[in-house]
Amino acid sequence: MISQTFKEAVTAVWSMVVGLKVTGKNFMLPQITVHYPRQVVTNLDTFRGHIDLVVKDDDPFKPKCILCGQCENNCPSGCITIESVTREIPAAPAPETAPPGPEGEAKPAPKPKKVKELTRFLLDYNLCSLCGLCVQNCPVDSLRFSRDVYLAGYSRGEFEFDLMETLQKRGKK
Amino acid sequence: MPDFNVLLAGIPAELTRLVLALIGLMAFIGLNGLALVWVERKVAGHVQRRPGPFEVGPFGLIQPIVDAVKLVGKQLATPAGADKFLFWLAPLLAFLPIFLLFIPIPFSENLVGLNTNLGLLLILAFAGLNVLALCLAGWGQNNKWGLLGAGRAVAQSVAYEIPLLLAVLAVSFQTGSLDLAAITAKQGPWPWQWNILVQPLAFFLYFICAVAETNRAPFDLPEAESELTAGFHTEYSGMGFGLFFLAEYANMIVVCSVATVLFLGGWQGPIEPGWWWFLIKMYALLLVIIWFRWTYPRVRFDQLLNLNWKWLLPLSMVNLLATAFVVKLFA
Repeated sequence: MISQTFKEAVTAVWSMVVGLKVTGKNFMLPQITVHYPRQVVTNLDTFRGHIDLVVKDDDPFKPKCILCGQCENNCPSGCITIESVTREIPAAPAPETAPPGPEGEAKPAPKPKKVKELTRFLLDYNLCSLCGLCVQNCPVDSLRFSRDVYLAGYSRGEFEFDLMETLQKRGKK
Repeated sequence: MPDFNVLLAGIPAELTRLVLALIGLMAFIGLNGLALVWVERKVAGHVQRRPGPFEVGPFGLIQPIVDAVKLVGKQLATPAGADKFLFWLAPLLAFLPIFLLFIPIPFSENLVGLNTNLGLLLILAFAGLNVLALCLAGWGQNNKWGLLGAGRAVAQSVAYEIPLLLAVLAVSFQTGSLDLAAITAKQGPWPWQWNILVQPLAFFLYFICAVAETNRAPFDLPEAESELTAGFHTEYSGMGFGLFFLAEYANMIVVCSVATVLFLGGWQGPIEPGWWWFLIKMYALLLVIIWFRWTYPRVRFDQLLNLNWKWLLPLSMVNLLATAFVVKLFA
């Protein structure tokens, strides 16, 4: 009983020595912080800024978005609103050189294609908790986190973004 | 140049020595306060892999001076409902007795404020005033954090003073003296001639109690930032806080100086004995205390008192009895 108590005490004292070793070692190791204004962090891969749209590979003005609405539905803060229009694209007329059908009947005119197009992607960044559910759930990887570490503003209005608008602006640059 | 012998003719030499010692100590305490703040922050930084202060002056050396200027420049606010007299008496009471603690410490053979054969007793007696200051501070400021901090300070200081005294007493038994100069003289210049080799347990106990007595982490419960805001000095602004701060560092220097004298041979050292050996040993101990602070988490209050009453006190008692026994038998 008593020897057990003393054994525990010795273990405890030794653990304190181990603790000193840990801090002593870290004291000797080089620093891992950055002197901010003179040096900046270059690796921003893991930085979560507000979400942003990813453009198609061949068109810098069109997002990959297929308007499935997953992001809007999954957002726990309800900060995403998607606005879209449905546009009809007339189908390409049948080529005239095609031989007429055996019965000589004319083919029925092809139906016009209906295409949904994103017009506005509204993000109320005031509400966003940066949980990333929208980014995770996007089936076509059309959303990512932006890397703007210097985002700042003076009013709420400055954090209500239309991501389509910013995307168009970025495309023109 | 005026003749000092004529000027000082009517003044007793001992008084002149005391006044000079006090002036020297003021400079010593002030400069050490600044230096130790810098060292503390640098050590904290490097332990946490940060640079510590580095913006103001080379390596941030000017930082503590700038901080001191800020503290001096701040308004001294007295909280509503506070006992004004006690509230402002407390920081003075914390700081002024510090000089008394330094006076009998022999920094070298001749560099000592007051040669007295009861130096150790003087230090131990007046070191107790610090806890009174903390108590008054906590009571006077009409703040629950302050009061809680003061209560803890009293319980802690009263508890830890006992094993500290017993550990010191063991050395006193062994050398047969309360005179710090005599205790130093009995030890030799080389480490194996120091008291720490004869009294390792006493040194261990003394050092733990010293850390607790100066309210340093891991025993910094009276100011416990995370629970009590700032504990006993919650309501103090400007130099009110500054004096407590300075007193804490000065107390650290005192306990390390006493440890140096009692256990590490004081100003004695190889090759050339002198005040530099004293300072080297003292600063080494101070560094260890600072190192402790950035290593150990704060203990809980029951753990603090359990450690004292169940371990330190019986151990120091056994150590003292063993010392007395050995001294009686062989000396």
